[in-house]
Amino acid sequence: MSILIDRNTPVIVQGITGKMARFHTADMVKYGTNVVGGVVPGKGGMTVEGLPVFDTVADAVEKTGAEASLVFVPPPFAADSIMEAADAGIKYCVCITDGIPAQDMIQVKRYMYRYPKNNRMVLTGPNCAGTISPGKALLGIMPGHIYLQGNVGIVGRSGTLGYEAAAQLKAHGIGVSTSVGIGGDPINGSSFKDILQRFEEDDDTHVICMIGEIGGPQEAEAAAYIKDNVKKPVVAYVAGLTAPKGRTMGHAGAIISAFGESASEKVEILSAAGVTVAPNPAVIGDTIAKLMQQAA
Amino acid sequence: MDIHEYQAKEILAKFGVGVPPGALAYSPEQAAYRARELGGDTWVVKAQVHAGGRGKAGGVKVCHSDTEIVETCENLFGSKLVTHQTDSNGKGVYRVYVEGGVPIDREIYLGFVLDRSSQRVMIVASAEGGMEIEDISADKPDSIVRSTVEPAVGLQDFQCRQIAFKLGIDPALTQSMVRTLQGCYRAFREHDATMVEINPLVVTGDSRILALDAKMTFDDNALFRHPHISELRDKSQEDPRESRAADRGLSYVGLEGNIGCIVNGAGLAMATMDTIKLAGGEPANFLDIGGGATPERVAKAFRLVMSDDNVQAVLVNIFAGINRCDWVAEGVVQALREVQVNVPVIVRLAGTNVEEGQKILAKSGLPIIRATTLMEAAERSVEAWQNDSRGETKLRAVK
Repeated sequence: MSILIDRNTPVIVQGITGKMARFHTADMVKYGTNVVGGVVPGKGGMTVEGLPVFDTVADAVEKTGAEASLVFVPPPFAADSIMEAADAGIKYCVCITDGIPAQDMIQVKRYMYRYPKNNRMVLTGPNCAGTISPGKALLGIMPGHIYLQGNVGIVGRSGTLGYEAAAQLKAHGIGVSTSVGIGGDPINGSSFKDILQRFEEDDDTHVICMIGEIGGPQEAEAAAYIKDNVKKPVVAYVAGLTAPKGRTMGHAGAIISAFGESASEKVEILSAAGVTVAPNPAVIGDTIAKLMQQAA
Repeated sequence: MDIHEYQAKEILAKFGVGVPPGALAYSPEQAAYRARELGGDTWVVKAQVHAGGRGKAGGVKVCHSDTEIVETCENLFGSKLVTHQTDSNGKGVYRVYVEGGVPIDREIYLGFVLDRSSQRVMIVASAEGGMEIEDISADKPDSIVRSTVEPAVGLQDFQCRQIAFKLGIDPALTQSMVRTLQGCYRAFREHDATMVEINPLVVTGDSRILALDAKMTFDDNALFRHPHISELRDKSQEDPRESRAADRGLSYVGLEGNIGCIVNGAGLAMATMDTIKLAGGEPANFLDIGGGATPERVAKAFRLVMSDDNVQAVLVNIFAGINRCDWVAEGVVQALREVQVNVPVIVRLAGTNVEEGQKILAKSGLPIIRATTLMEAAERSVEAWQNDSRGETKLRAVK
């Protein structure tokens, strides 16, 4: 088992004709992901990387049975594409696009609530690196070879910092069940809490690694959730100890604007909830390795 | 993106929010002239800078005559206003806003924010106007009234009335308060704002509700559909290093340390800064060059980081995933041959083809200090900075 995606999950790529989308589609296919097609309005009938292109997501779902979608559509039009995926019955959508207006994401979230919870599309991102279940499937832009297959579930906002963690684990010979990027935007599809819940229920995940950063309430919400609901050990790192207040640090959501949003406050809240906090990014792998040795 | 008070008031006024009569001036003479146009015998002269806390910093003065206005303005124009929201360099004053004095009965705090918890627009109000919202939440948390807006249907009048009653506004002014709140919400919504703050919103002696101050911040990601808001950008209020970075498509935040950082990815960039601090140094900047570390981007990044005179060492930390380390290393070497960098450069590469990358750096003949782990890179940078032969370095380190 793994969470969200598996070897057989049929995947479509929205915006597949773009340069970046093409490149990563080829990479995902090479990794073994079951990519079944793409969607670009007005380009139905074309073939990209040997895959059929459809005009609408509904068409693609009907013809290919797609269950997951990867969105590479430019920011002004990306929100619309996510809603189209939800409407077409896609079960899991990853949005890579960086730069979607926050109010568009508010609309997306509101739109998705029209579906009953058990039938609602799961969205991760936007502004994320994607999701990978090593050895099974890759839905995103991460370099697949830095991940070993194993039992650590990774969830984080940042792409490259997530790679850093995976590479450190690999150096210890430790593998990953699934790694999920929830993205650096203020309004995102899934929160830390949403993903933690899935990891807690997943048999293949034995340890959870959570990589947070400054800004927003989601790390604190996750801490409260972990305290009451998560039995598996959780290791966390929070980036931005040196970030000044009130400044946006690259990610639209990485800004300290309220109490509890600084890295030191988040570290304190997570520690109080029983989470093992890695004191610096260079020892995320060591911290997890030590924890796993103790458990074994 | 931030705009000035007078610009925010112009926008809000279009949506039916009451504002006092006022006029913008670019010189002391213009300020005096415009005050006379406004009429009355009391004026408030306000420095227009992108920062709160102007009053305490001396940027807001009540004047009663032409001479007083000219004298106040002569001090303000060209000065740097340092408030608790600016860094130690402050923000330059190049425009002042002259406003007619208003008899104030009571002051209210009113804010519209993007609430990340409910993922909706939230109204935050308090009867304790004039204080900073941070202080209100610390000292008078019970005075805060909150209401979230359902995005599908927008702000409802009953919500506005509830806020008015909770704030204890004179019932005769309820309609006026509803109009003010609705106006702010529409301005927020239609311009993709991330924040509208009116502090204080006042009830005047003659029973009007007016925005005495106003602040609006806009979602940078939504500026593509608001060209008229983009026009309001005032580069004089930005850190010149950050303006240059933005114009080159790089994400940069200037800080006050000595170790420049060039990193790919925002999270890794923050983590790199943190590690420098842990190793005993101070980062000079946040810089995310994006996922693809092309030679052009690396060269641009070096130029930008080196334009900060405080930088005495540069740490490059690249996690090469899709882009291989050997390719990134070529980029670094090429950039260092193009850009004059006269401080120690520490490079840490990780990811695909690390060994090849290291070989390229070693073979280049350039004085690059190489590191394998993030911690080692940070320690080496701090060491290099401390050993830098220039005398003033040490002095700064001691400060």
